[in-house]
Order: sequence, then structure tokens, then C-alpha cells
Amino acid sequence: MKLKRNIPLIDQHDKQGFWGGKFGGSFIPETLKKPVEDLTKEFKKLRKNKKFIKKRDYYFKNYIGSPTSFIKLDNLSNHLGGAQIWAKVVSEANGGAHKIYNATVHALICKAMGKKYIVGDTGAGYAGKMLSMAAKKFGLKCKIFMGAKDIRRQKPNCDAMRKNGAEIVPVLSGSQTLVDAVSECMRYWVSNCDNTHMCVGSTVGPNIFVKICGWSTAQISRELKSQLKNEFKKIPKKIKLINCVGGGSSAYGFWSEFIDYDKKQIELVGVEAGGPKKSKLHAAPLSRNAKIGILHGAASYVCQNNEGQIQETESISAGLDYPGVSPIHCFLKDSKRARYTYATDEDALNAYQMVTKFENLNPSLEPSHAFAEAIKIAPKLSKNTIIIVNSCGDAKKDRDILKERLGKRR
Amino acid sequence: MKPSLISKTFNKTQKENRPALLTYIVAGDNTKKKSLEILKSISKYADICELGFPHNTPIADGGQIQTSAYRAIKNGIKINDVFSIANQFKKTKSDKPIILMGYYNMIYQYNENKFIDKCNKSKIDGLIVVDLPYPENKPFALKCKKKGVNFIQLVSPTTSSDRLKQIIRDSHDMVYYISMLSTTGGKLKVAPKKILERYNKIKSLNKNKNIVIGFGITEKTIKSLKKADGLVVGSAICKEITSSIKKRQNAVTNVTNIVRKLKNKIK
Repeated sequence: MKLKRNIPLIDQHDKQGFWGGKFGGSFIPETLKKPVEDLTKEFKKLRKNKKFIKKRDYYFKNYIGSPTSFIKLDNLSNHLGGAQIWAKVVSEANGGAHKIYNATVHALICKAMGKKYIVGDTGAGYAGKMLSMAAKKFGLKCKIFMGAKDIRRQKPNCDAMRKNGAEIVPVLSGSQTLVDAVSECMRYWVSNCDNTHMCVGSTVGPNIFVKICGWSTAQISRELKSQLKNEFKKIPKKIKLINCVGGGSSAYGFWSEFIDYDKKQIELVGVEAGGPKKSKLHAAPLSRNAKIGILHGAASYVCQNNEGQIQETESISAGLDYPGVSPIHCFLKDSKRARYTYATDEDALNAYQMVTKFENLNPSLEPSHAFAEAIKIAPKLSKNTIIIVNSCGDAKKDRDILKERLGKRR
Repeated sequence: MKPSLISKTFNKTQKENRPALLTYIVAGDNTKKKSLEILKSISKYADICELGFPHNTPIADGGQIQTSAYRAIKNGIKINDVFSIANQFKKTKSDKPIILMGYYNMIYQYNENKFIDKCNKSKIDGLIVVDLPYPENKPFALKCKKKGVNFIQLVSPTTSSDRLKQIIRDSHDMVYYISMLSTTGGKLKVAPKKILERYNKIKSLNKNKNIVIGFGITEKTIKSLKKADGLVVGSAICKEITSSIKKRQNAVTNVTNIVRKLKNKIK
């Protein structure tokens, strides 16, 4: 399985929508064929449309607040010794996480297609919060599907969604987390696709949603590339880009400009949710060798049993608590361009404590998984190695969990 | 090639000047034994029996069928049990077509070829795969045909006329028309007249294809659509199983009563 050069990864699929011949595709009910085709055509047109790009860039800059900063974590680096640790503080983006890029682009597409209603799924609540923000900004009516368990554990984001005028639809089926929210959102779209646009919250789902999301978050690595050149005059010789992976939207966005580089120069490291240390459950299909399966309209590595029933997952981080993963990450794994590992709940909590102790940074539990890996490998690496962690979300939403697990209110 | 059991069934119902009644239940709902009993009992009135192989992430099913599927999975139903239910049914009801219906991941994990072989050995007449649309399903459909299993294509109100023509051209003996934009079990939100208009348009592309209508069909709505070649009732049946279990009543009797009433409305 080989990657092509000079073609964005999101476009390296075959006619049927498969990356590497087997990941992705569009396993959708007949009713969704037409709306998915319409969306595919519209997106193809829009991404070539200069006016649309100008509009996107305008909102990225003036609404989202691009570029987000790129900073060195001196204290953490000194404490650990070894590699330099840097952070791309994507959590500075309007709303507090990278999900705003995808949400904004979907709202713009929805407007362009003349639809007045937009629906989306959410796990940690960031995708939902951002979609509700973008919907409000662009005058769209918004419904967010969220697992009942997630509604309980990510209350601050739910409050924000309601404040933005979105309706939160609690999903009570199955495990009551992201996987069920995505299913329910798709079912809603099946029933309302004539006047409603659907936003999938990550680089998952039928082919076109992987593409739109990846195209949106790619902004992160465009910024980082020019920030690296500013900081170091040229792209340094030894870089490790560490990112958490749930669906994989922030990781793809963080890496997309750097995929063509040799992996000896720029290593891409994805960190999945290993779940509680003592639990058999996890949300790490790539690093814990799940089999390929079909989930939510796409083929990818999926946590499932022998029969093909989707397995329950467990993670302290609602945003990573998903049994599948983006087909483009499966492709990056099998082509050996990226390396995938996992961090446990405890690893992530420890990393959170260490980062907040040494730095003026408040990463949510999702990027805390990435920091856990950085903290693990930094001491073994040379001073000229640049580790960059995508701090893609802010921990405000996690205040209840952090209080419960770490005691004091932060 | 001799006509399939599905074709023969439609020939018979057409001669009787009525639509075929197709019923759907989930295999293993709520136990293996019970679902076989229900299947046998309702086949007195049903012309074609659909048997769902349950999946726990069903993206096109509404609440009633989800509930049935979760219940069956919770009670330990496995794919091989589904085949064995079908096979046992066929031993006593060899002239009743049985159609398996489900999601592609279950087939993918079982292995496509093995799955189709097993269908053939279990005397399964047809297969509906909800999330394997046309044209991606062409190679799979061809494999089914070679093994004497009808692959049933779905068409919906959003299917464009070009696609419709291609799908009808490549379809086997039966095509499933989804009545409206909805998951299974939704309330019929389109006027029956409109549904039949669309149905006639599809039918006019090839009179020899048997087109059945499904989604939103209940005791209340079934009569208004009786001009179709066949009508599928699923959620209304699953709902009855749920309510029988809740009331601690005999699901076999209750479901059979419903199916008999449905049949009487379209005689």
C-alpha cells in the first residue's frame, strides 16, 4: 500500500471512494445516495471556487482566529530533558477546539446548497458546540445528536449548545456515546435529507464527509508549516508531530502538509484512547489491532466482535471514545507513514497534571493523550529533536471529570 | 433457467389479483425458538418471509426494529443461528420464500463467498443488504445470482431516473421500493396516491419485475397501497412482539393475529 506524492491524502481514493483499495467507500442506504452525490458535486465545485475559498479564509481569520499560536514549552522540556517540546495551541480557536474548522465549512456548504437546517453528531460536545456556533453565525437551524452518557459528562459544552439556540437530541440507544449519536444522526438525515444538511463531526463516515472534514482541518498544518519556517528558518531535520486520534480529524489536519516528507525527518505519531488501565475495553482500533469492518458508511479498522457487532468502547475522553477511526488513518497506518500507539486514562490524567503544572496551558483530555506520549518519549531523544503536540482542545469542558478524578477544582 | 420461488409466489398472488404480503421479523427475537415459532405461524398468512440478521449499529432502522435487534443480540443470536432458523423453517415450509435482510458488516466478517454459500445451503431465496447500494453491489449481486440467491435491490424516492433505469435493468426478480424518506417504522408521511404514482413509474420501466413497497405500512395504511405487487410490514410486527413481551402475552398468537388481519385487508 503506497501513498502518492503531491496529491492531498483526502483525494488519494479510487472511483468508489476507497483509500488504499480497501478503506472508506460509501456504505449507505439507497435513500442517501442522491444527497451524498449532490454534496459530492457541490464540494467539488466549491473547493475550486475562488470566491468560496476567499470566504472560507475570511471566516478562518476573522471568526475562528487563525493562526493559532505555536509555542515552545520550555519548562516541560527542561523538566523532562531530551527533546524540545512545542505545542500548536489549536484550542485558541474560537470555541476552544479544532472542531470549529469543519463546522464552519459545513455551515458555508449548507448555505451554498440553499438548505436551512443543519444536523450533526457530537461526543465530547465540541463538534456540537462548534456546529451550533456556526449555525447561529450563519442563520441556520441546528440539531445536535449526543449520547445520553456524554450529555452527563460534558455538561459545559451542552450548556453552550443550548445557549447558541441548538436543540440537543439525547440518544438513548446502545452505549449512549458517540457511536450511537452518529447512527442516530444518520437516521435523522435519512428521514430529512430533502431540506437538511448533515455535518459529520470528524474524518469518518461516507467518503465525502472524510474529505470535507480533512479539507477543513488542514488549515492547522498550513499554519504550522509557515510557523516552523518563521521559527527555524527552514523545516527542522527531526520533527515528531504527535496528535490524539479518535475519529482522526485533528490529526489529519495537523499532518496533511507534512505527509510528503520522509518519515525519518517528520514522524507522525497518533495516540489513541487506551481506556482505563485495568479495563479490557478501549477505543484504539489502530494500535490494538482491530479488524477491518464497516461502521457508519465506511470501511476502517473497527473495534468489533467476530460476528461484526460493534464493540463497546471505554475512555475517559468522550472525544476519543469511538470504536472506528478515519479510513485515511488506516491508510497511513498500512502504508507505514504514521505510527499509532495508545495512552490509558491514567496516562492522560498524569500528562494533564504535568503539563498544567509546568505550563500555562490547559489541554483537554483528548490532547492529554498526545502529551502522554510526548512525555514518554522526550527524555530518550536528542535536544535537536522537535516534538510538536497538537493541543487541539481546551479542558474547560472536562472540569467535572477532572474534579472527580484529581480532587480539586481546576 | 427455471423460475425462482420468489417469482412463482408473485405469479400466484397476481393470479389471485392481490399483492403479496411480506413480513419482517428479526431472527432470535426474543429467542431462537420463539422466532422460529413466530415465523412458522405467520407464514400461514404471509406470502414471503423476511428474516433480519440483527446488527447493533443499524443506520437505517427506526426504534421498533432497533429494539428487536438489540433484544435478539442480547439473547445471544449468532449468524449461524440465523441460518439454522431459516433452514429449519424451510424443512416444513419449503414452498415459502425466505429473504434474509441486514447490514453488510455482518456479511463482510462472515466472508462474502461463505455467506452466499451458506444462504444457498440453507435454502434462502433472497438477500437484502441495506447499506450496500447500487452500483457498488454489482459484483456481490452477481455472485448471489450464480448461487441461486435473489439479490434484492432497493430504490427510494430520492433515486434519480437514470439510476432507476440501471437498477431495474440489473435487478433480479424483486425490487424493494422505499415509500418515503424515513427509517423503518416511520409514520407514512406521503399520500398513498403519490407513492403509487411513483410505483407505477418504476413498474413501467419493466412490467416483469416484481416491485414491493415497504416502510410505514401498518394495518391502517396497507389497504391504500394494495395495487402494488407486494407490501412489506416490519416495524408493526416488531412492535407487537415488544408489547406482547411487556404484557407477558403469547407473542406467537398476537403476531399471527396481526398478520392475519393485514392479509384480510388486501385480499
